[in-house]
Amino acid sequence: MKLSGAQILWECLEREGVEVVFGYPGGATLPIYDALDSSPIHHVLVRHEQGAVHMADGYARASGRIGVALATSGPGATNLITGIVTAFMDSSPVVCITGQVISPLIGYDAFQETDVTGITLPITKHNYLITDVHEIPSIVHEAFYIAGSGRPGPVLIDITKDAQQEVIEWEYEEMTVHLPGYRPDLSPRSNDLAYAVQMIRVAKRPVILVGQGVLTSGAMAEVFEFATQTQSPVASTLLGLGSFPANHPLYLGMMGMHGEAWVNQTIQNADLLLAFGMRFSDRVTGKISTFAPNAKKIHIDIDPSEINKNVTVDLGLVGDLKEILEKLLPQIESAEHAEWLSQIEGWKQDASVRDIKNMQENGHLHAAHVIHDIWRCTNGDALVVSDVGQNQMWTAQYYRHNQPYTAITSGGLGTMGFGLPAAIGAKFARPEKEVWIIAGDGGFQMTQSELSTIVQEGIKINIAIMNNGYLGMVRQWQEFFYENRYSSTPIISPDFAKIAEAHGLTGIRVTKREEVETAIRKAQSLPESVIIDFRVEKEDCVYPMVPSNAAIDSMIRRPVPQADHQK
Amino acid sequence: MRHTFVALVEDKPGVLNRVVSVFRRRTFNIESLAVGQTNQPGISRITIVVDSDKTEVDRIIPYMYKLINVIQVEDITYKPRVTRDLVMVKVNTTSENRSEIMKLADVFRAHIVDVASNSLIIEITGDEEKVNSFVDVLRPYGIIEMVRTGMVAMERGTETIFNNYFESQGFRMPVEFKFAS
Ligand SMILES: Cc1ncc(C[n+]2csc(CCOP(=O)(O)OP(=O)(O)O)c2C)c(N)n1
Ligand SMILES: [Mg+2]
Repeated sequence: MKLSGAQILWECLEREGVEVVFGYPGGATLPIYDALDSSPIHHVLVRHEQGAVHMADGYARASGRIGVALATSGPGATNLITGIVTAFMDSSPVVCITGQVISPLIGYDAFQETDVTGITLPITKHNYLITDVHEIPSIVHEAFYIAGSGRPGPVLIDITKDAQQEVIEWEYEEMTVHLPGYRPDLSPRSNDLAYAVQMIRVAKRPVILVGQGVLTSGAMAEVFEFATQTQSPVASTLLGLGSFPANHPLYLGMMGMHGEAWVNQTIQNADLLLAFGMRFSDRVTGKISTFAPNAKKIHIDIDPSEINKNVTVDLGLVGDLKEILEKLLPQIESAEHAEWLSQIEGWKQDASVRDIKNMQENGHLHAAHVIHDIWRCTNGDALVVSDVGQNQMWTAQYYRHNQPYTAITSGGLGTMGFGLPAAIGAKFARPEKEVWIIAGDGGFQMTQSELSTIVQEGIKINIAIMNNGYLGMVRQWQEFFYENRYSSTPIISPDFAKIAEAHGLTGIRVTKREEVETAIRKAQSLPESVIIDFRVEKEDCVYPMVPSNAAIDSMIRRPVPQADHQK
Repeated sequence: MRHTFVALVEDKPGVLNRVVSVFRRRTFNIESLAVGQTNQPGISRITIVVDSDKTEVDRIIPYMYKLINVIQVEDITYKPRVTRDLVMVKVNTTSENRSEIMKLADVFRAHIVDVASNSLIIEITGDEEKVNSFVDVLRPYGIIEMVRTGMVAMERGTETIFNNYFESQGFRMPVEFKFAS
């Protein structure tokens, strides 16, 4: 068949199983857009290319499939950058396709020419520049393979306009990937597994640390079996939320900077850490030299460069978590650890007086209450995408996920503005799911323009804005560490309910605790997307908090209100 | 402390840039860098020397392996090895000192590769020590220009760069990568 590079591209994408592409057109992608018509792939027109990558990223995180973003050369491509790094930091499989000026013009500072492969070199798992139409099929195939295998990540393909335009005789053929330097499928030696079994057998105070790798590997059932068989409590990283059911007695909650006190205490007192698909980020470990000082550490990760990177471990097992646990499980003995579990229960009881949910009604609307109510009204079953800041941490603390792939947030990069577009992508991946966004007033304004995308696509998402009039998380640091000097953190917002109305959506404003549930129920019942503007307590803080580079059990705790305490 | 890394990489545009980026991002200063083809079509060999006391220097290898086009990497700093650097020095000469310089070159087993009325180009190959002392000897005559290829290195004996890194780290490789000779 005689096909243009652009037509070949769409067919290759289709062969990779792509159903939806998030993009924005321009001069250097005109041939690609012209050929879109004859493809069954659905194209979602975004309002900013950053949104396109976040959508592809949200799509990938919600489904485990590869998300695709498409942008034109120059400014289109540079607008992708924040999205690409967000996906890169959180190991999300995204393929970005950018148009490039015709190949004879490359290097001449042509109109909208940007060295995109140069710019994205350190922020992609791999990238390609295609100048020859014949390379399109094999590179697209390779790109999808690399993005989705091993430790997933974003891959960018920059395609010159002449390569898109050229017509060649072409027929799709099955392809094999030849990448001599790429080893996504390593596995540990059997004597290392035996060593792990032994360490697990002698442990008295084990704790499992689950990270996003559990979700990537699809090892939820194996982790569950491992935890229950060895009666090991389970702590989660921010990105691991949902990989272990929050309603299970062995589940502790989130660890780290804003982890629950008892979770961090458990880690600090453990004699064995079982790190499953997590990377000991500084937000998790606090000051490294004080981290889990009495624990032996077993680290299972698919990326060999993570072993001994942040924390020196006693045993590193490199490979797919699910496979490794499948090998370990038959060799693991059942255990009780009753004493250890009751010690943890004690820490939990101590913390409960500081839990805002247990505090007396004081007429204030706390974001924690709102998120707790959203959790209650959705039976903990919604797909929740949070933005970045206090709202994100409260969501992590108060929305308790029992299902995998239902908690989506930007962890490694902490990208404000991620929430709305990522939720749009997630909704495309799982249209049957009830999707909620929990965002701050600041972050929401960063990508608010994607509301029009929601309208154009006619999709249903519920948006809860924790409107505290501040860039709250930064304000919190100013309160704690800069003597309440709130420099540039008070922020004015538009009336979000009216913003919703301007888009033909429904907007609700909530100022009192008793209005919360009604508003949530109303949003759930309406067919269109809804924004609820929750006017929450302005100067609330996320507790507990580990100051940066402190030990994770030296936390700033929520002050216990005197009146409450005495009762 | 100086570290010598040897890497086999796919011979494709931009690969050198990726490799060097691993060092740049972690603020290592590359002292010398040599790239060339190997006996394997499509595979280039890179020798990189860095002088660093940072402990992260040990992390370079795992980071390099993250690059899709990197096939093999080794830090051969502590291995018995042969290292060579090729230098060309253009030196001022006069009719009085020319034969003296040529004699010196002879002592170092260096070669005169270009002769002009009042300059010479001398080429010398050797390990760093030899090359540096020859350059020092020439300095008083007035070095006009100098170029070095950068260090290349090879392990002594039958050991090769093709030895498996992951095997030595205790990770089993799913596939054996064998290179036809
Ligand atoms: C793009 C971007 N810019 C700046 C920051 C730094 N930052 C982290 S949290 C935060 C405040 C977020 O404010 P808001 O969205 O209102 O959420 P809140 O913390 O009030 O819940 C800021 C500015 C960031 N993470 N991302
Ligand atoms: Mg705010």
